[in-house]
Amino acid sequence: MLTILFDGIAYGMLLFILACGLTITLGLMNFINLAHGAFAMAGGYITVVLLNRYGVSFYLCLPIAFFAVAAVGALLERTLYRHLYDAPHLDQVLFSVGLVFMAIAAADYFMGGQQQLINLPDELRGRFEFMGADIGRYRLFIIGCCAVLAIALQLALTRTRFGSQLRAAVDDGRVARGLGINVPLVFALTFALGSGLAGLGGAIGAEMLGLDPNFPLKFMIYFLIVVSVGGTSSITGPFLAALLLGIADVAGKYYAPQVGAFVIYAVMVLVLIVRPHGLFSREGGR
Amino acid sequence: MSETRTSSTAAADQLVSRTRWRAFEVALWLSAVAVIFLLPSKMLLFTEIAILALFAISLDLVLGYAGIVSLGHAAFFGLGAYSAGLFAKHVFGDPTLGLLVAGLASAAFGFLTSFLVLRGSDLTRLMTTLGIALMLGELANRLDSVTGGADGLTGVTMRPILGLFEFDLWGRNGYIYSLIVLFVLTMLARRIVHSPFGLSLRAIKSNPVRAAMVAVPSNKRLVTIYTVAAAYAGIAGALLTQTTGFVSLDVLAFHRSADVLLVLVLGGVGYLYGGIIGAIIFTLLRDVLSELTPQYWMFWIGLILVAIVLTGRDRLTRLGSWRPARQAGGTR
Repeated sequence: MLTILFDGIAYGMLLFILACGLTITLGLMNFINLAHGAFAMAGGYITVVLLNRYGVSFYLCLPIAFFAVAAVGALLERTLYRHLYDAPHLDQVLFSVGLVFMAIAAADYFMGGQQQLINLPDELRGRFEFMGADIGRYRLFIIGCCAVLAIALQLALTRTRFGSQLRAAVDDGRVARGLGINVPLVFALTFALGSGLAGLGGAIGAEMLGLDPNFPLKFMIYFLIVVSVGGTSSITGPFLAALLLGIADVAGKYYAPQVGAFVIYAVMVLVLIVRPHGLFSREGGR
Repeated sequence: MSETRTSSTAAADQLVSRTRWRAFEVALWLSAVAVIFLLPSKMLLFTEIAILALFAISLDLVLGYAGIVSLGHAAFFGLGAYSAGLFAKHVFGDPTLGLLVAGLASAAFGFLTSFLVLRGSDLTRLMTTLGIALMLGELANRLDSVTGGADGLTGVTMRPILGLFEFDLWGRNGYIYSLIVLFVLTMLARRIVHSPFGLSLRAIKSNPVRAAMVAVPSNKRLVTIYTVAAAYAGIAGALLTQTTGFVSLDVLAFHRSADVLLVLVLGGVGYLYGGIIGAIIFTLLRDVLSELTPQYWMFWIGLILVAIVLTGRDRLTRLGSWRPARQAGGTR
């Protein structure tokens, strides 16, 4: 029981790191980016290649994955995404689905269709007993990393100058521009940060979620659930939603394997019916 | 007084002239018939096109006319495919009756789920439609005693069409059958979108508030068109089952919903024939691409999608002067 809870929390934390970038692009910038999972997959593959082919230390791989994917994200934002901020949602959907298809085929081409395995460092392997719960070291590592990141994000968004610039740019882009905030730059940086976090999440999560070319499609729906259930007005909403989803998914797979993912989709649809703007959003939010 | 009268008759004339047959429509249908004799070896490919075209027309009714962005339209396609398959397997193998059953099943499901897509913004609609399609897919996967699960539903044997025409190995009768269904349903859709009902849908799409002010009951209209479109998609799915004699989980897959969006965008949204033209382009394109790069044709499809969006869909569809003229900003 405690083990399931623990695994669920680890899974949920991971989902949060993966999806929080999407919270920003989709929730704050109002861009339907279904290609978010592709960034996560890129992070995962970067780690796999560095770790398995070149023997780079796992701890070094994680920041590399973050920065590499953030750079890719920034590049794509400047060249492609930027043109579509004001486009109708249909265009955004088509565009990002196109990106996903390209990413899947490219990953298949370069890396092959099989599952990728990650050789974790020894100190992160294995499990130990703690207060009756069976705790995986790597799960603990995930929780630690993600908790630190989540707190850092929350502080960055509420306490720093950049955070307030971002919130201003989102709330009213014209006024923000009038106040001398470089709105496009803020958006580009935010997009890069979001993609980087997805890349980092993909790198950390490759061991737990599995990594194959279909990753972006398989987890797209999970990210979307986190964002749409969590609402987009703050970071805490998606965080709680991700935790709930993680625990529910792990518990569901353990206790009722026949029902599988059905419950999660059903719950999502129900939540959307009852509260179209998400469970934790303020009334009258976007 | 007389001035308003002439302007109103002019508007009426314009509306009537829109419903007239155009040269390209006649040419399209004639060539669809001609391929039966000209390319008898490619019947299976053309059947596929006809089915995809019907599916895309169904999406066009929802997206092009009512403006609902759906990422889960495969739900209705799959439901129709499975209900036609199960009906033929367990009840009665008559194709036309099967179509009717599949259409009704999908329409019922469309009616029930239509209330969900009325709420919220584009994103909420996307999520609900996607979620419903995924739920159905998961359900079909789990109920393997009924649907065959991942192995697919096999053993669907069809009786001859109307008791007269056997489904032959070359797919000739299958194609003619699909083409007739496509033709009849396209004509019906044509009537629907040119009727006052169809015009009111356009009004809702372009400005819901103003439509409400001239007393268009927008929710009712959206429920109706969503149900009709679901029936169309179900019939398309049933056609697939009947012509192939097999149903797999693939009919409910996400990529099918994405593909049909691409088809519609290739052909152009909001004038019905976009679905047919898009289906022709898409299927031929896929045929060529998958021959060139068997495993990676998805990449090129993705590239085409990105390219279309970045060049602008409007600009793309405005290229051909043979297309019916339409007012700027009509597509959204």
